[in-house]
Amino acid sequence: MNFQPVLLWTDLLFFALLLVALATVLHVRRNEPLRAAWRKVGRRPTGMAAATVLLTFLLVGVVDSLHFRPQLPAVEGAPADAAPVYSSEVLSALDVLLAKLRTRNEKTYSAPFADRLYVRETVELPEGGQARIHPRLLHGAAHLADPAAERAADIARKAAGGAMLAVLLWLLPVALVAAGVARRAGVGFAQGLRRLARGETAIAWRAVLLTLGAILLLASVAAALAPWYHIFGTDKVGQDVFYLALKSVRTALVIGTLTTLVMLPFAVTLGVMAGYLGGWVDDVIQYLYTVLNAIPGVLLIAAAVLMMQVIIDTHPQWFATAAERADARLLALCLILGITSWTGLCRLLRGETLKLRELEYVQAARAFGVRTPAILRRHVLPNVMHIVLIALVMDFSGLVLAEAVLSYIGIGVDPTMISFGTMINMARAELAREPMVWWSLVAAFCFMFVLVLAANLFADAVRDAFDPRR
Amino acid sequence: MIRSLAALLPAVLLLSACSGAWNDPYPAVESGQNILYTAFTERPKHLDPVQSYSEDEATFLYQIVEPPLEYHYLKRPYVLRPGSAAMPVIRLYDAEGRLLPPDADAAQVATSVYELSVLPGIRYQPHPAFARSADGTPRYMDLQADALRGVRGLGDFAETGSRELQAADFVHQIKRLAHPRLHSPIFELIAQYLPGLKTLQGELAEAARDNPGWLDLTRFELPGVEVVDERTWRITLQGSYPQFIYWLTMPFFSPVPPEVDRFFGQPGMAERNLTLDWWPVGTGPYMLVENNPNARMVLARNPNYRGDTYPCEGEADDHAAGLLADCGRPLPFIDRVVFTREREGIPYWNKFLQGYYDASGVSSDNFDQAVSLTSQGEVTLSDDMAARGIRLITAVSPSIFYMGFNMLDPLVGGDGTPEGAERARKLRQAISIALDMEEFVSIFLNGRGVPAMHPIPPGIFGAREGEAGINPVVFEWRNGEAVRRGKDVARRLLAEAGWPNGRNAQTGEALIINLDTTPGGLGDKARSDWLAKQFRELGVQFVVRATDWNRFQEKLRNGNAQLFFLGWNADYPDPENLLFLLHGSQGKVKFSGQNAANYQNDEYDRLFGKMKAMPDGPERQAIIDRMVAIAQHDAPWLFGFHPKSYSLQHGWVYNRKPGNIVRGTLKYQRVDTAAREAARAEWNRPVLWPLVLVAVLFFAMVAPAVAHWRRHERATAAGGR
Amino acid sequence: MFAYVLRRLIYAVPILIGVNLLTFVLFFVVNSPDDMARMHLGARHASAEGIERWKAERGYDKPTFWNAQADGAGRLTETVFFDKSLRMFAFDFGRADDGRDIGREIRDRMGPSLAIALPTFLLGLLVSVSFALLLVFFRATYLDFWGVVICVAMMSISSLFYIIGGQWLVSKVWALVPISGYAPGLDAARFLVLPVLISVLAGVGSSVRWYRTIFLEEISRDYVRTARAKGLSELAVLFRHVLKNAMIPILTGVVVVIPLLFMGSLLVESFFGIPGLGSYTIDAINAQDFAVVRAMVFIGSVLYIVGLILTDISYTLVDPRVRLE
Repeated sequence: MNFQPVLLWTDLLFFALLLVALATVLHVRRNEPLRAAWRKVGRRPTGMAAATVLLTFLLVGVVDSLHFRPQLPAVEGAPADAAPVYSSEVLSALDVLLAKLRTRNEKTYSAPFADRLYVRETVELPEGGQARIHPRLLHGAAHLADPAAERAADIARKAAGGAMLAVLLWLLPVALVAAGVARRAGVGFAQGLRRLARGETAIAWRAVLLTLGAILLLASVAAALAPWYHIFGTDKVGQDVFYLALKSVRTALVIGTLTTLVMLPFAVTLGVMAGYLGGWVDDVIQYLYTVLNAIPGVLLIAAAVLMMQVIIDTHPQWFATAAERADARLLALCLILGITSWTGLCRLLRGETLKLRELEYVQAARAFGVRTPAILRRHVLPNVMHIVLIALVMDFSGLVLAEAVLSYIGIGVDPTMISFGTMINMARAELAREPMVWWSLVAAFCFMFVLVLAANLFADAVRDAFDPRR
Repeated sequence: MIRSLAALLPAVLLLSACSGAWNDPYPAVESGQNILYTAFTERPKHLDPVQSYSEDEATFLYQIVEPPLEYHYLKRPYVLRPGSAAMPVIRLYDAEGRLLPPDADAAQVATSVYELSVLPGIRYQPHPAFARSADGTPRYMDLQADALRGVRGLGDFAETGSRELQAADFVHQIKRLAHPRLHSPIFELIAQYLPGLKTLQGELAEAARDNPGWLDLTRFELPGVEVVDERTWRITLQGSYPQFIYWLTMPFFSPVPPEVDRFFGQPGMAERNLTLDWWPVGTGPYMLVENNPNARMVLARNPNYRGDTYPCEGEADDHAAGLLADCGRPLPFIDRVVFTREREGIPYWNKFLQGYYDASGVSSDNFDQAVSLTSQGEVTLSDDMAARGIRLITAVSPSIFYMGFNMLDPLVGGDGTPEGAERARKLRQAISIALDMEEFVSIFLNGRGVPAMHPIPPGIFGAREGEAGINPVVFEWRNGEAVRRGKDVARRLLAEAGWPNGRNAQTGEALIINLDTTPGGLGDKARSDWLAKQFRELGVQFVVRATDWNRFQEKLRNGNAQLFFLGWNADYPDPENLLFLLHGSQGKVKFSGQNAANYQNDEYDRLFGKMKAMPDGPERQAIIDRMVAIAQHDAPWLFGFHPKSYSLQHGWVYNRKPGNIVRGTLKYQRVDTAAREAARAEWNRPVLWPLVLVAVLFFAMVAPAVAHWRRHERATAAGGR
Repeated sequence: MFAYVLRRLIYAVPILIGVNLLTFVLFFVVNSPDDMARMHLGARHASAEGIERWKAERGYDKPTFWNAQADGAGRLTETVFFDKSLRMFAFDFGRADDGRDIGREIRDRMGPSLAIALPTFLLGLLVSVSFALLLVFFRATYLDFWGVVICVAMMSISSLFYIIGGQWLVSKVWALVPISGYAPGLDAARFLVLPVLISVLAGVGSSVRWYRTIFLEEISRDYVRTARAKGLSELAVLFRHVLKNAMIPILTGVVVVIPLLFMGSLLVESFFGIPGLGSYTIDAINAQDFAVVRAMVFIGSVLYIVGLILTDISYTLVDPRVRLE
């Protein structure tokens, strides 16, 4: 299939962030104190388990960030050299992987693993007249002739197959890690395996592998079942909820990470400048962040989001596709959340710089006539980076949760964008149905809970390792 | 702590035993009273009869003020009957002032005179503006600044009075339409026929500039409206406007006593929200006694109500439905009506099921719980609901939801050449066929709507049923019912329009259609996903652009929209009020009218002018049929659907009949309070084991901690020693 | 002290002007006076003259920031911004879109907002501090470990789930309290139980963790060791020394939010139908009622500044070494 790659703004920034992360890793490898701190993180089983979960989510997010526009088939009778035409629908690599989930839509609600619609419909009976029944699904459990009898066995068989695959897949990393452990310790493979099993390794590999095992198990069971059933049911217009939940991951990650990324330059520059230079610069910066802090956050966000929306609406020519419009709004939301949340970090950095400024080696550097930018770069910045890192990981979970609330108020992401917030928002009315439609809410809850919990646990580990007060 | 909690539990249980349901949201003193409980979701913005126009406000205002005329509660099609005035005497005159017969040609009519007379014995609700001191002077006029200290609501005025309704009160209200500070929404429309309003507005605007305070309208004259005697007044309209009589059923023409205006005009009143906009005054069956639009509004019976009686005639089915059982009894039946603000759908629905609201609408999400369809396709209540004694009433609303094509857009409206116009028309027809509104209604409204064939909703003159009523462009008549034409027809039309398979026949460029919408709460994403799905099969790329309301309106005003969803509620049951939406002179961009599609067709406009002034009859029907055929062929709208209103009511509520045009309905309704009390008690038995469980859990959590602490203390104490 | 407070109040003026300027810029882009007029007059039958009249009546017919037609100071003062800001400083908020007095509305709605925010705040404080002390008391035991795990789990759940779940379970399934609504006076208790419990539950995870960190930091200090060495019981150490000395970090976090309690809670109020300032704000955002939002922003900023001053004053009360200069 021919396609035209599409690089959305958030994709660009997201990949930039990954590059920065990669560069940081390389930097850390060369820097002994940083390595020591990260090794502390590595020793924490909860932290490492959380990191594994986060990396899995990140993988989903990255695959979902590779966007493209598929080429439309050539028109009959068109000249062979006609320029190719691309669809206005922007897809991602994840959409291709999940093509079955994305395209096999039902008419409306169906429960997880159901074979029939959740609502009754009026159908014409073959013998004449009408009846109001739950019709069979078009895709869910469609391969079964008599679902009531066969389904349980079918699910068990498919799930078992998936589990077997998971175990096989899992053995590979286990073996690799055991070999690595053995080589590093200079012992045999069996000994390495034993150490791994007892958790006697420098890095909490056992936790990582166990988590990985659980993820692999869930993923391959889901992969085995999802083509045949709607494992999380379908939503109001019959879209697979599992697909929606997976698509929401990228939105959450983008909001959680890019927000901090876009605010970092401001917070770091202004905070360090205010702390180091003092005087009127300090006054102006303090004034700025007091003003921003004084405005109730939600109102500031509402005002800014509405303003961005106006700008987006009045310039339709900037956006070739609906995805780009939605993406612009997502980016705007990140910017705005960044603007409202940089003040806290800025204040912390200012305080830290004030302390650093009085330290002897900084004083000495000044006495030697080292220029201010150089002092800032060489002596101040490296010594406040741990605060930045802690802020980055600590803010992540709060931002993911904030997205859901903002979408509920109607000032969150674009309503056409799949996110946990829009899922919860849609699920609200479903709880009032009788019988209740619970699966969208539960799916959103599970994914969000795991993501935020992992982020919180990881943040704890990082903070404990980097905070000099501990 | 634990002990006190354990002691609390029996106390709580005891409390529950005597006070009935725990989750009763109403004060205990109200139990057993003759009160109707209902809810409102949108806070009313205006209750001043000169400004109020929306459905949410009508729920309150129509119970409080009485316009000159009203619709018969039971009869369908809608029939007018006297409200606070007798039926008007209408006289038509030509340019020379000669009286014309009532069926005269509209072109000849120069003026039409409406003469109305107040029904005798109608008195206003008790109100401080009418209160008089012992010496007969008004008690609360020319108040000093400190006289209002401590006054927060209308109830804080100790004395009230009343007086009989007079013709001058009606005229006063018509003058208020021109008030420059009140911004009446119908001013422009009525001023077309009553040019005196413009003159008066000019004078008033001048007076308002000089005098920032209250304007005494009694000092001004409104040309064209005169008080004949104490009971009679006369309105002279330019030309013929037969639909004017329907406006006389709306609060815009209800009486407002000048002294009330003056009372609220005193300094210090507006700061206390003491305005006519907040405290409407009228002769209706109820009066507003509590106005807290954030939480609740309360109407109480007007003790001075004229004593209307329950109707004895109605539609054929009404007798069987028990709607005539109260024939001849004095109105109103209910003493108080409590409206509670309910912003979220979930609490609203649950409170209805718990019996705390007497009636409720049915949203699409709880539809399946409430309603099932019989094998004949008839809508009935589900067994569960029926067992609870809940009843369902349905009616098609006099509204239409449509998707408009902006005729100024080069893609869907044509590029100006005749061939271009033809291609664009084919494209519009293709889209009309492709977008399966029946499925839309079935998914998003659970079938609570009927597909629209043309702008006129069923039940209003001009709408035809059966084969003659279908839209032949989109539907065909098969086996006695209308069936949407297949996707193949749409594909063929698309090809004829120059877009075979959604690709430009010349350039291969993909056809992209943009729909502009406003985000409308729940299911937004679902709706746009569904729309995109409909067009994917045709190869057409469908883009939904959601913008906020202001930007959406701006796009419509500037003609930048391509496709858009809009709805229209008929003001009155006349086809004129719907067909004018496609009239050329209503063009949104050129004339800032209501024709958002900017559709323009000379023949349609000519026929409209003719149809407008005609009495209902076969001749009018023939003209309407032609107009509808033109609109269907040109397809400036995708005629969406006419929504059906489904309303549920508990078994203890009587005399409710659907009909969105009749709004002064509360006076007819009756409640059986004993049955309500019994049902509420039965449906709301609290489940107490969770409380016990929480207590036990708390104990289980704290006990080991306490034990641990004791041990620890003992250990340290021992260790310390 | 008085002079200090006065000086802080004077400092507040430029901040409030900045706040006002920012909101003005943001909202005038979204909502021009024309939009406001159209919104107010309704889509049906609105005419150009009507819009002009409406603008003139509400004082929106002047230029926004700079009046080139006027002379001298009038260039700045005869503008919408100056006009509206000046009134704001006198706490005259003008009228909402529906013509109702904003100041009065805010006074009316403060009660319900406080009725829910104050018990939530106090109960939340009580529960969090006692649980945190409990965890600190049992530090490094299984109770501490699982306590922290539960806290992290609880703070990983979106508050929307707490509200939706709580309402469904307690009000619908168990029929223990009314689902939504509000009544003035003592009757309000029935309506407030659930929202208060839910808000406390939603907030308790993160605050317990926060207090625990503060207490742990305090407990590792030398004076605690001294106190224990003196033979004080662990409980006495915790309550007499640790709690007292942890006051400063607690106050920094807590006092600043007290004035903001007046603003109410956006989510809880709209889910439970409580007619407070939070739901007022949401309504105003949804209706794009500029005047109301501006008033709420202004009040929010004033309360924030008051909170900062209160924090400083409370320091002097807790720690006699701190003097306000």
